[in-house]
Amino acid sequence: MQKKTWLIIALLLVIPGLLFTVGCQKKAVSQAKAPAPAPAPEPEAAPAPAPKPTAEWNISQNNIYFEFDKSRLTPMAQDTLMRHAAWLRENPDVTITIEGHADERGTNEYNLALGDRRADSAKDFLVDLGIDAKRLTTISYGEERPLCMDQTEECWAKNRRGHFVAN
Amino acid sequence: MRRSVIVLYILVMSVILQGKTICWAEYDVIDITKPFLRKIPLAVPAFKNATGSGEEMKSSLTAADFLSDSLDFTGYFKILDRGSFLFDPERNGVTLADLNFQNWTVVGAELLVTGYYALDGENITIELRLFDTFKARRVLGKKYSGKLSNQRSIILRFCTEVIKYLTGNEGLFFSKIAFVSNGTGNKEIYVSSFDGYNPSRLTTNNAITLFPAWSSDSKWLAFTSYKSGNPDLYIRDLSNARESKLSKQGINITPAWVPGKFELAATLSFSGDQEIYLLTGSGKIIKRLTKSRGIDVTPTWSPDGKKIAFVSNRSGSAQIYIKDLASGRVNRLTYEGRKNTQPSWSPRGDKIAYTSQMNGEHHIFTIGIDGQNPVQLTYEPRDNEAPTWSPDGSLIAFSSDREGPNRIYVMTAFGTDQRRLLVLAGEQTNPKWSMNRLNN
Repeated sequence: MQKKTWLIIALLLVIPGLLFTVGCQKKAVSQAKAPAPAPAPEPEAAPAPAPKPTAEWNISQNNIYFEFDKSRLTPMAQDTLMRHAAWLRENPDVTITIEGHADERGTNEYNLALGDRRADSAKDFLVDLGIDAKRLTTISYGEERPLCMDQTEECWAKNRRGHFVAN
Repeated sequence: MRRSVIVLYILVMSVILQGKTICWAEYDVIDITKPFLRKIPLAVPAFKNATGSGEEMKSSLTAADFLSDSLDFTGYFKILDRGSFLFDPERNGVTLADLNFQNWTVVGAELLVTGYYALDGENITIELRLFDTFKARRVLGKKYSGKLSNQRSIILRFCTEVIKYLTGNEGLFFSKIAFVSNGTGNKEIYVSSFDGYNPSRLTTNNAITLFPAWSSDSKWLAFTSYKSGNPDLYIRDLSNARESKLSKQGINITPAWVPGKFELAATLSFSGDQEIYLLTGSGKIIKRLTKSRGIDVTPTWSPDGKKIAFVSNRSGSAQIYIKDLASGRVNRLTYEGRKNTQPSWSPRGDKIAYTSQMNGEHHIFTIGIDGQNPVQLTYEPRDNEAPTWSPDGSLIAFSSDREGPNRIYVMTAFGTDQRRLLVLAGEQTNPKWSMNRLNN
C-alpha cells in the first residue's frame, strides 16, 4: 500500500516534468503551482509521457482547469485533453458533453459567456486532435454550479473548470 | 356668516369631487438630477374618519401609514413624526378652510397631506389633499371611491399625483421588480411591487432561470432558463403565460427589450463567438448588432432605442462600450477598474449604472454616457451587483450580500438611502425594474 502511494507521488512529480521538458520548462514549473487537477484515481491509469489510454480512464473524473478570466488551455489542460481524445478514439460510439464553468468572481452574465468560451476551447482542441465535432456538445454553466463554496483562491481555481460527461 | 362658510365649503368640495387638480402656483419643482437633494419635510397625520368605528380606524391608519411609507420610499421627503403634531383629526378638520397652517410650519412641515376616510362595508371613500403649508395653499385635492381591497392602489394613485406635481413625471408607484430567487432549490424568477410588496414566483422551471427583462409595456418578460437542458431564451406573454423559445447551440442569454418596441437584443453564441443580436418579440433573429472576436454580452438600450451599451472583453478585460446603431460606431465607455460589467442605461438617458470589480469586491457605479464622472455608489462589502433603474430614473435597485446572503436593495440614483427591499428564503439576485404602468 505504501509503495502504491509512493508510486502516485512519483508519477505526479515526474509526469509534468517529462511532458514539458521541451522548450516550456518554466511554464511547467509555474503550472505546478496552479491547482493540480484531481489526481488520477488509479495509478495504473497514469502511464508515462506518451499517454496510453486504458479502459479505466474516466473523463468525468478528469477536469481541466483555467486561469482567472481566461479561456485558453494551459499545458496541463492540453495534456488531459489528449488523454480524453485517446479515450474517445478507443470508444468511438460515445458522445460527450463538455461543461464550461467559472468561479464566482465577476458577474453571472459575463461568467456564462466565459464558461461558453472555455467549453468551446476544449471542444476545438479535441476536434483538432481528430475527434468528430458531432460527438462533442458544449454547455456553459458560468458560475451557477460551483464545486467549492469557500472564498479562497484554491477554491476558485477548482471552480474554473471544464467538466466532461459521457452521454 | 356660517351659511356662507357652508356654501364656500360646498363649492370647494364640488370642485374636488370632480377629481380635478387645482394648482394655484407651482411648488419649486424637484430636479431629480441634482445630487444631495434636500429632503422636503412632509407631514402625514392620521386621517379623519367618517364614523370612527374600530374597523374604520384600523384600515384608515393602515392607509395613512402606507401613504407615508410610499412617499418616503422615493427619497424626496423627510417624513415628520406624528407625535409632534398640534393636530387631532378627530376634532380638527382636514380641508383648507379648517386648517391652521401655523400649527404645521411650527413643526417644520413644508408639505402636508390630510385625509378623510369612510369605510362602509367593503367600500371605502377617501379624500386626500396636499397642502403647501408656508403658502397656506391646497395644491392637490382628490376623492377616491372603491373596494377596501383596492386601498393600496388608491393610495398609490394619490402618491403618483403628488410626485407628478413635484417632479413633473409619474414616478414609480405602479412599477414592478422582477428578480431571481433560489428559495425552492432552483433559481426561478419572482415579481414584486416596486416596494417589495407581495413577491410571487413567476416561473416553475425547476431549473436555473436567470436574467428577467421587461418589455416597455410590461406585458412580456424575457429570461434565460436551463429547463430544456441548454441555456435558452424564453419570451413569456404575461397575460397567458405562453412562451416562445429561442434555442440555439451555445448560450442564449441577457435579453434587453428595445424601448417601445416588440423587439429585443440578446447574446447568442451559435456562431462560436458570443455576439449580440437583434430579435423579434417572438425570438427570431433580425440581425447581428456586434462583431468582435471575444465576449460581447449584456446589452442595454438608450431610451431612444438608437444605441446599445454592452460588455466586451475586446480590449483584454471586460469593459463597457457604446454602439451607435445607425453609424455603427463603437466607443469604449469605461477605463477605470479591471472588470466593468452589467451596464444599465438610465431611463433619463444621461447615465449608465454598472458593476465594477475592485479589490475582490463588486461595487455599483454610475458614469455619464460621455464617459465622464464615474461615481462609486456602494461601499458596503462585499458584492453589490446588477444595478437596475426605477422607471423615473430616481432610484437604483441592486443585489448585495452585505448582510450575508444576497438580497435586493434600493438606493437613490446618488447612492443615498440604501435599504433592503425584501427578504425571502434563499438568495435574491438579478433584479430588473419594469416601466411604470398605471393600469396594472
